[in-house]
Amino acid sequence: MYDKGKIIGGLAIFLCLASFPVWYMAASGKADYRPNPVLPASENQCVESAQYMREYHMQLMQQWRDQSVRQGDSVYISSDNRTFDINLTGTCLKCHSSKTDFCDRCHNYTGTAPNCWDCHNVPPLNAPPQGTQ
Amino acid sequence: MSNMNIDRRSFLKLTALGLVALAAKPALDLISKPSAASALNGPAPGGRLVMVVNLNACTSPDGCIDCIAACHRVHNVPDIGNRKEDIRWLWDVSYDQAFPDQEDRFVAEPLHDRRVLVLCNHCDNPPCVKVCPTQATWRRDDGIVMMDYHRCIGCRYCMAACPYGSRSFNWRDPRPYIKTVDNSYPTRTKGVVEKCNFCQERLAEGLQPACVEACSNGALTFGYLKPGTEVYKLISSQFNLRRKDELGTRPQVYYLP
Amino acid sequence: MIENILKGGKKYWLLISGLLLFMAAGLAAYLQQWDIGLAVTGLSRDISWGLYIANFTFFVGVAASAVMLVIPYYLHNTKEFRRILILGEFMAVAACLVAITFILVDLGQPARVFNIILYPSPGSIIFWDVVVLTVYLLLNIVLGWVALDAEYKEVDPPTWLKPLAIVSIVWAVSIHTVTAFIYAGLAARLFWLTALLAPRFLASAFASGPALLILLALAMKKWGGFDPGNQSLDRLAKIVAYAIIITVFFLLLEIFTVFYSQVPEAMAHFQYLLFGLDGHYSLVPWTWASILLACTAIVMLVVPASRQNRSTLALACAAVFIAIWIDKGLGLVIPGFIPSPLGAISEYTPTLIEILITTGVWAMGGLVLTLLFKVVLAVRQGKQ
Repeated sequence: MYDKGKIIGGLAIFLCLASFPVWYMAASGKADYRPNPVLPASENQCVESAQYMREYHMQLMQQWRDQSVRQGDSVYISSDNRTFDINLTGTCLKCHSSKTDFCDRCHNYTGTAPNCWDCHNVPPLNAPPQGTQ
Repeated sequence: MSNMNIDRRSFLKLTALGLVALAAKPALDLISKPSAASALNGPAPGGRLVMVVNLNACTSPDGCIDCIAACHRVHNVPDIGNRKEDIRWLWDVSYDQAFPDQEDRFVAEPLHDRRVLVLCNHCDNPPCVKVCPTQATWRRDDGIVMMDYHRCIGCRYCMAACPYGSRSFNWRDPRPYIKTVDNSYPTRTKGVVEKCNFCQERLAEGLQPACVEACSNGALTFGYLKPGTEVYKLISSQFNLRRKDELGTRPQVYYLP
Repeated sequence: MIENILKGGKKYWLLISGLLLFMAAGLAAYLQQWDIGLAVTGLSRDISWGLYIANFTFFVGVAASAVMLVIPYYLHNTKEFRRILILGEFMAVAACLVAITFILVDLGQPARVFNIILYPSPGSIIFWDVVVLTVYLLLNIVLGWVALDAEYKEVDPPTWLKPLAIVSIVWAVSIHTVTAFIYAGLAARLFWLTALLAPRFLASAFASGPALLILLALAMKKWGGFDPGNQSLDRLAKIVAYAIIITVFFLLLEIFTVFYSQVPEAMAHFQYLLFGLDGHYSLVPWTWASILLACTAIVMLVVPASRQNRSTLALACAAVFIAIWIDKGLGLVIPGFIPSPLGAISEYTPTLIEILITTGVWAMGGLVLTLLFKVVLAVRQGKQ
C-alpha cells in the first residue's frame, strides 16, 4: 500500500469524527436520557397499548386517515374490542391535549417534524394572530 | 472472484428479471385492491345528494350572506382579502356570471338583478376527479366529490378542469387569515386545493349543511334525490337550471329561477 | 469520457460560472417560494397556471424535437446527420430535465410528488405524462451516451441501439401528444378543447427544437471547433422552415374556426390574445411580436440565400425559437384562463421570484447541455 501511514492516519481521524456523537454522549453522561412525554391524567390506556402506540402510532394514524377520509368509515374497533371515533382532534388530542408536553417530547428528541399540526388543531388553540387586514 | 465475466446478454436478462420481480407486488396490488374511488362508485342505498337553490327566495341582492358566513366559519375558510388569492367555498355572483351561456337572452328583469349562489356542483361526471394524478379528489357513492388534503400535491390540474371555477388553491398558509378558528374542524395548509364538501362531516352526524341551516328564507334545500324527498318535489315540479349542463358534467346543484 | 467536463479554457469556465450564478439566484428565489407558498408568484384563483407550466409545455416540445434528427438518420439514411445526431439527443436530455423541473417548481406540495407513483391514476393525463417523460429521458440518456461511448472507443455502436432509436421516435411523438392531451381533454377550457392542439404542439416543437439545435451547432462551430457540416445545417433549416409554416397555418385554422363560427365563449379567448378584451390587453403586444417574428423567419428560411448564410440563419432560428416560446408558452396557457369560467377577466404578470426561478431552471438546463456537449467535443477532438 502506498502512503500507508497517511491512509491509516486519515482513516483513524475520519472514524473518530464519524463516531463523535457516540463517544461524546457516553462521556458527557447524557447517554441514558430518555424523552419524558407527560401522560394524560384522565385515561389509563390509549386506543392501543403504550408499546404498540410507541411503535406504530404513525401507521395507525395513516390507517385512520385513509379509513375516515377516503372510505367514510369513522369507527375504529381496537384490539381489545373498544370502539373509538376516528378523529384526530376529537379522540387523540382530547387526551393528549398539549403538543409541547406530549408530542414534541419524543419528536424533538428523535429529530422528526411531522406536519400534522399545519392543518389539525390542538385544543385549545390560541386564536391565531389576525391577518394583514 | 473468477466468475466476474458475465456477458451482456445474461446481465440484461438478470436486470429484466429483477425489474419484473420489483414490479410484481405493486402490479398485483394495483389490480387486486380496489382503489378508494372505484369502491365508492355506483348507486348508494340512499340515492344521490343534491342541492336546490331557490333564486327568488334568496335575499343576497339585499346583502344577506348568512349561508356564506356560516360555511366559511364552520370550515375555517380563510379571508385572504384580495381577489387574487381568495378562497371561496360558497359565494354569490351575478346572473350572467353564473349562467354565461345565456348571456344574450332577454332575461326577465327581476332575474337579471339576482345574485346567484355558486359552489361546487358535485357533478355526477366530475372532470376534476378524472384529471387528478393522485386521486386526491374522488366521487363518493352518495355523490359528494371529496378532497383528501393529505394527498393533494397542489398541481392545480383540477382547477383547470373545473368548468365552474369552484375550486380554490391555498397560495399561502391560511391560518393567519382565519378570523376565529373552529377547533372541531381542521384548517388546510399552503399548497393544497380546497372546495365545498357538501358538509360531509355534518351529514355524518345527521345535520344539514351549514349553509342550508343558516338560511332563514329557506332558499336552500338539500337532500337525497329520490321520490318523496323535498328536493325531488322541487326539481320535478318546476323549471330548473343547472350551470353549463351542456358540457356533460351532470352537475347536481339545481337553480329555481 | 466524463472527466472532460473538468478540463476547459477560460470561456468554458466563464459560461459555467454564469450558469451556476443564475442557478443560485433561482434556488434562492425558490426557497422563498417553498417558505411562503405560491403566493410569491403572479398566479391567482382565476389564472392558476402561468410561467412555469408555459415553460414546461414549451420544453417538452424541444425535447421531442430530437426525433427530427433520428427519423432521417435511422429511417432514411441521411448520413449528413451523423455528426449532429448526438447533439440532438443530448439537447433532448437537457430539455426533458428542464420540463420536469418546471413541473416540480410549480407544485404546491412538491414533497408529495411521489404520490403520483404511489397512487397511479390511469385516468389522469398528468400521470401518463410523468411516465412517458421519465422513459423518454432515460431513452435519450442511453442512446446518446452509448453512441458517444462507441465513438470514443472507435467501434460500431451495439446492434440494439438502432431499435431503441426507433422506439424513441414513437416515444418522442407520444410525449408531446400526451402533453397536448393535458389541455385538449378539458371541456372547461374552450381555448384548449380542440383536436388540433396536439398537431399544433408537434409542429411548433419540430420548428423550435431544431431551431435551437442549429443555434447550438453554430455556437459549437464558433467556440468549440465542432463542424456540423453545411449540408446537415441546411437540411435542418429546411425542416424548421416547413415546421414553422405548418405552425402558422394551424394557428390560422384555429382563428378561422373560432371567428367564423362566432361562438362567444370560444371567441373570447382569441379576442383576448389578439386584440385584448374589455380593456385588458397585456398579451396583445407579445402575440403580434410572435406572429411577426414567425413570418419574418419563414421568409428568411425559405429564401435559399438567407438560409445558407450563417448569420441570417442564426437570426431566423432565434426568431423561430422566441416566436414559438411566446405562442406555445404564454400564448397557450394564459388565454386558456381568460375569461374565467364565470366570465371574469383578470390578468397575469409573473413576479420577480417567478422569473428568477424560471431563469434558474433554464440555467440548469444550460449547465446540463454544456457539460454533455463538452464531453462530445472532447471525444470528437480527440479523434482529430
